[in-house]
Amino acid sequence: MSVEAMYQEIILEHYREKHHSGLREPFGAQVHHVNPSCGDEVTLRVLLEGDQVTDVSYDGVGCSISQASTSVMTDLVIGRSVDEALALHEEFTALMHSRGETEPDEDTLEDAVAFAGVAKFPARVKCALLGWSAFKDAVAQSAAGIRLEESNDE
Amino acid sequence: MPEAGYDLAALRADFPILERRVGDHPLAYLDSANTSQKPRQVVEAIAAHYLEHNANVARAMHVLGAEATESFEAARAAVAGFIGADRPEEIVFTKNASEALNLAAHSLGARLGPGDEIVVSVMEHHSNIVPWQLLAQRTGATLRWFDITAEGRLDLERAAAENLINERTAIVSLTWVSNVLGTVNPVARIAAQAHAVGATVVVDASQGVPQLPTRVADLGADLIAFTGHKMLGPTGIGVLWGRYDLLATLPPFLGGGEMIEVVTMQGSTYAPPPHRFEAGTPPIAQAVGLGAAVGYLRGVGMDAIAAHEHELTGYLLGRLAEIEGLRVLGPTEAVDRGGAVAFTLATRDGLDIHPHDVMQLLDSRGVAVRGGHHCARPLHDRLGIQSSTRASVYLYTAPAEIDALAEGLGYVRTFFEGHSFEGHR
Repeated sequence: MSVEAMYQEIILEHYREKHHSGLREPFGAQVHHVNPSCGDEVTLRVLLEGDQVTDVSYDGVGCSISQASTSVMTDLVIGRSVDEALALHEEFTALMHSRGETEPDEDTLEDAVAFAGVAKFPARVKCALLGWSAFKDAVAQSAAGIRLEESNDE
Repeated sequence: MPEAGYDLAALRADFPILERRVGDHPLAYLDSANTSQKPRQVVEAIAAHYLEHNANVARAMHVLGAEATESFEAARAAVAGFIGADRPEEIVFTKNASEALNLAAHSLGARLGPGDEIVVSVMEHHSNIVPWQLLAQRTGATLRWFDITAEGRLDLERAAAENLINERTAIVSLTWVSNVLGTVNPVARIAAQAHAVGATVVVDASQGVPQLPTRVADLGADLIAFTGHKMLGPTGIGVLWGRYDLLATLPPFLGGGEMIEVVTMQGSTYAPPPHRFEAGTPPIAQAVGLGAAVGYLRGVGMDAIAAHEHELTGYLLGRLAEIEGLRVLGPTEAVDRGGAVAFTLATRDGLDIHPHDVMQLLDSRGVAVRGGHHCARPLHDRLGIQSSTRASVYLYTAPAEIDALAEGLGYVRTFFEGHSFEGHR
């Protein structure tokens, strides 16, 4: 596969105009994830209400793959239940680690299927996963915070 | 187009890897500031050591042990000669330049306390920042910084105005040649200033020794760190040069085999330099390889190598200046400048093309460069950018490789512009 094919139109569109970009209030947890080898960074916030992902906002610097992947991720997870969002995280992570051997499911991953080609460039897989990993971490921290509040109320 | 003062084609034939193809493209290796390629002579010296002379050094008393020890110490002498050291005992072998700088920080640090100041610069590689941050945390000493000018040179005026080097200064540690900006710093001048206030001077020469004829006396430093793999040698070996009388006063860094004089249950005494600083089995084959690398560089001649590098850097800067939307970090003329050139690239409508994307598309055309912060994040922060793309040349670099880079960068820009304009429709 050529590198040009990796740079799908969808990826470049999201890089140019990131969806849900910028840090917003209110939020349940904020995390900062870094890719130390290249310096890509994202600060990401999630807001959970009940079992729903109500908002994901972020501020990041990095390559087109990392920025577009984060943008696509927010489109996918906002408005979903936490379980559905984490299932998407798992599906996308598996796709990225498939070395291009898995056929992505467009019904569930939607625009994120555009990143299937990235799996053939191992050095870039971590770029595609930066925002997703931050999201999973933020959800875990937010859920833990909610549980803490609940136990404090008792 | 520049011409080398030596037979470039014949020299390139010593580096088989340069004949490689990447997909349909010939390799254009422009990442030598990251690591250099190795000539056949170095690889063969390492192979001959393992296949014919392998044994541990100093401890093994048999014939092979004597041969290995002789080669290891001959490599030390070769490196000493290469940089104009007074004696081979001034050469300490480490595993890389980072370890050499950590050794310097650790051993010099035994004398530091609160109130003392350590001076570095904002253009340092992380390996010449983090060891001093750790030392400052450990001792309570204060870390202070040289800033840079808009052109990417040390801001000496500001340093003077801030009284940066003063009677509290204990250590000044600076890079000779920046791995991002390419700037060649006036280390001798700063060393004289530092010595005048009684400070010890450390120089990170990782990008300098491979490119420039080196006489330690001319640099004026007390300790100098560099690494083998950037000067045609193997990975796994670095060098700390130190003035012998200074090394003799410094405490050990790592404890272990061969760095001792007498070990008892009550305590130990230590070997004289350089063995005091070489605990455990050293990088023997790597030293042999580095010795061969030094021999190769001397054969070509460091003056000729520096001249080729200077010519090519000028050519590279000229080709990059033709590319719209490209901004070179650091000096844009090949004056007091090494062969590493970092830059940013943007499309016509102002979209920054991220260095990873630049690098990836260049790689698909066989052009190997580095994209990222090049282990110099404070410098990138200072320049207000997150990362950059860096091309670097060495003695084997051909002008055609720079042409491939320039054409590739034009292609990268068109690629992102094509997509971005479509994206706008």
